[in-house]
Amino acid sequence: MRLVTAIIKPHKLDDVKDALKGAGLAGTTISEVKGFGRQGGHTETYRGTEYQIDFVPKVRVEVVIDDGDMDRVVDVIVKAASTGKIGDGKVWVTPVEAIVRIRTGEQGVDAI
Amino acid sequence: MTEDELLAAAATDGNVAWVLIASALVLFMTPGLAFFYGGMDRSRNVLNMLMMNFWCLLTIPILWVVIGFSLAQGGGLLEAEGANDFIGNFDYFALRDAPIDDGGVFLVSIAFLGMFAVITPALISGAVADRMKFVAWAIFAPAWMLLVFVPVFRWVYGGFLGDRGSLDFAGGTVIHVNAGIAALAAVLVLGKRKGWPGQGHPPHSMPLVMIGTGILWFGWFGFNAGSQLAADGRAVQAFMNTFLAASAAGLAWGVVERLRDGHFTNLGAASGIVAGLVAITPGAGFVSGMSPIYIGLIAGVICAFAVGLKTKAGYDDALDVVGVHFVGGLVGSLLIGLFANPEFFGVEFKEGLFEGGGLSLLGEQALANAVTIVYSFVVTTLLMLALKVTIGVRVPEEVEVAGLDLAEHSETAYHEGGGSTLAETSGTPSTATAFEQAGV
Repeated sequence: MRLVTAIIKPHKLDDVKDALKGAGLAGTTISEVKGFGRQGGHTETYRGTEYQIDFVPKVRVEVVIDDGDMDRVVDVIVKAASTGKIGDGKVWVTPVEAIVRIRTGEQGVDAI
Repeated sequence: MTEDELLAAAATDGNVAWVLIASALVLFMTPGLAFFYGGMDRSRNVLNMLMMNFWCLLTIPILWVVIGFSLAQGGGLLEAEGANDFIGNFDYFALRDAPIDDGGVFLVSIAFLGMFAVITPALISGAVADRMKFVAWAIFAPAWMLLVFVPVFRWVYGGFLGDRGSLDFAGGTVIHVNAGIAALAAVLVLGKRKGWPGQGHPPHSMPLVMIGTGILWFGWFGFNAGSQLAADGRAVQAFMNTFLAASAAGLAWGVVERLRDGHFTNLGAASGIVAGLVAITPGAGFVSGMSPIYIGLIAGVICAFAVGLKTKAGYDDALDVVGVHFVGGLVGSLLIGLFANPEFFGVEFKEGLFEGGGLSLLGEQALANAVTIVYSFVVTTLLMLALKVTIGVRVPEEVEVAGLDLAEHSETAYHEGGGSTLAETSGTPSTATAFEQAGV
């Protein structure tokens, strides 16, 4: 079992969600996050004073999947989240040791 | 006119109805100011800012009816002759001799002027934002109203400054120059915020600032047109002046920013609108025609540059009370010396330079403001110093870092997911981290 984590541009969230649904994924969790990478931040100006805003708003998408789905899911996310411009984000995959569905107590792949 | 004649002349149903409405409009300005300032403040201090303003709404009406109005107007209502030039008396202590069988004109004037007594100290809250102990503010605001607002009010309206011929229709000198210079005195005692000016303190909610600006503009029609204390042609002219000066100044400030900094900003437009309202306040019933547009344009441009003074001079006037209210009020008050037009109004007052009156009025305007500036600065400094050596005026550094809302009021404006984290900047820790660091 794997956890796929994607950091994407907020306005690409709907595209990624639709793509994941289209690929038959059962669920996902998202959160609003901030950070910086190569894109850097931006400046804002208030009453003539410039402020450097280093942390850029992003959305984190998390999906738990079976091992065999890994390449396909990563591919779906990358395609849906891509704009080709700097700041598109990253996707990474980590191993998951255990999963339990709280309602039924099912474990492992059955709980995905 | 004697006091009785003045009251009789004002006692028509239409006049009283208008001043009642105008009073409610001016009351609404204090919450408007709270949102204007609160949006510019950071998310962890916005509730403290709102409560500093609402505190004035809780304490000052009571203080005003018990003693403030009597000391301001006692023994000489509305520029009557034979009055004490420096301070009122105890004739109207605790609403004594405040009848309603005069059609309500006396009581409504107490209410109307009380709204001004509320908002004048509230203006100062923007300067001391982010670091003043709430208990210190709780004493400062009402004490300042009695010690500074009341005497200056007396001098300009019916006292020695007014008698000399200086003009202040709705409170450019009494309210904006007065509170603006007091804001400077207060922050000089209070000191700079941690990290200022190197670290950013940008606004946390521009929509809140824009709502506050709209409420202020709406309420300001009561402030300026209500100051005629009658529903007549001069009140309508004051209304029109308020309408035009704010537009012109908002446009001017925005254009300055577009040309100087590259963008037409919401905060620039909002700041300009307020600067224009401030600048037309002293002259609202003395100028006409295109003069309010000129006054607005001049004030908008000057104030857009004046807010930069604090970084050069090194005083941390957090939300630019000096740059907008002091400078805007002073510019507007001095411009009456150029534009005042008694012929148009058919009322006796000094003519401005451009209306053929020479420099006499300009000199009186300068004198009235100079006296106000010196008195307000000195007394405010003494009041702040007295608070500093007794109860202290600043919150501890860890509270300043973590935010005043939680430490001073045990409340949080925005819970997680409500936008609080998105308003933070680089170099400042997130709210959660700051609480951990501060051990709160």
